[in-house]
Amino acid sequence: MTSINIIFNSQQVQLEAGTSLREFISAQIGKELDADSKAVDGSKLGVAAAVDGAVVPRSSWNSKVLEDGHSIELVTAAQGG
Amino acid sequence: MESQEFTELDLNNDPFVVAGRTLSSRLILGTGGATSLTTLDSALTISGTELTTVAIRHFSSAGAGNVYELLQRNNVIPLPNTAGCFTARDAVLTAQLAREALETDWVKLEVIADEHTLLPDPLELYSATEQLVADGFQVFAYTNDDPAMAQRLQDAGVAAIMPAGAPIGSGLGILNPHNISTIVSRANVPVILDAGVGTASDAALAMELGCDAVLLASAVTRAHNAPLMAAAMRDAVRAGRAARLAGRIPRRDTALASSPAEGMMQTLVGEF
Repeated sequence: MTSINIIFNSQQVQLEAGTSLREFISAQIGKELDADSKAVDGSKLGVAAAVDGAVVPRSSWNSKVLEDGHSIELVTAAQGG
Repeated sequence: MESQEFTELDLNNDPFVVAGRTLSSRLILGTGGATSLTTLDSALTISGTELTTVAIRHFSSAGAGNVYELLQRNNVIPLPNTAGCFTARDAVLTAQLAREALETDWVKLEVIADEHTLLPDPLELYSATEQLVADGFQVFAYTNDDPAMAQRLQDAGVAAIMPAGAPIGSGLGILNPHNISTIVSRANVPVILDAGVGTASDAALAMELGCDAVLLASAVTRAHNAPLMAAAMRDAVRAGRAARLAGRIPRRDTALASSPAEGMMQTLVGEF
């Protein structure tokens, strides 16, 4: 298998080449996502993603294939004033 | 707005309308600083708040979505903030991520000048406001207590003006009540006093000055007993609102007796 290196939330991570953003996020949040990146169990995801500093809308997660050197930020709500 | 016809009963039907949404509570509780989610849960429930701020931070599978789930469970609307952003560019990206993550176009826009004061940077704030309003956001702009800046933000199309009473987390109260009054008197969007509240009387004063709502976090979450302080803030906001609507008496330089001068007992007359 060919692998790629990406930066995920400031950490270096090795992935299989050809992994889509949808597959990657699904693994991170532990929820199965359908082709529209909605949770199969119907729950709200509460997360958003940016690749190289630009927001990738959920509708594009499936078609966004990760490439070597990509920087991915996955965010959610945290306590804050 | 002040009316002699306003009764206590009406205070139970005194909706706070902001960004096209109607809320029954005029207290907005931030989630920052709580020692545990259990404490936060109690404080949120007791405060009666329907809207609460959250920060946008890296997802961690260890703490997977706890705050978001807590808000969903309590039916509290999340108001994502851009805390920690020093530039318009970072604030806009954070707001766009928040919109995706929390499925809301509301954002509490904070663009901070420096870590020492945590005061807003007016130029970056204004730039971010213009970009976010153009992108369809309902911008709740955290700003200095500067009436001129508040006017500029209003003209730029913000959903609410959020002047700071004092620096974030300082608990110093409202340092310039006159400026807050001036902002209120010229505003045609809601004014939400944000930052600096230390105790219940600060929140009451904000409402007495005519603010439409109060946003506070540390004053509750860092209090010795957070749920009890949440109750105090709930009551203070309500009391301040009632006092504002009731219309306070004018200040005088001299005393004005409230007991009648007529009908005094004969033996006492003339002794003064």
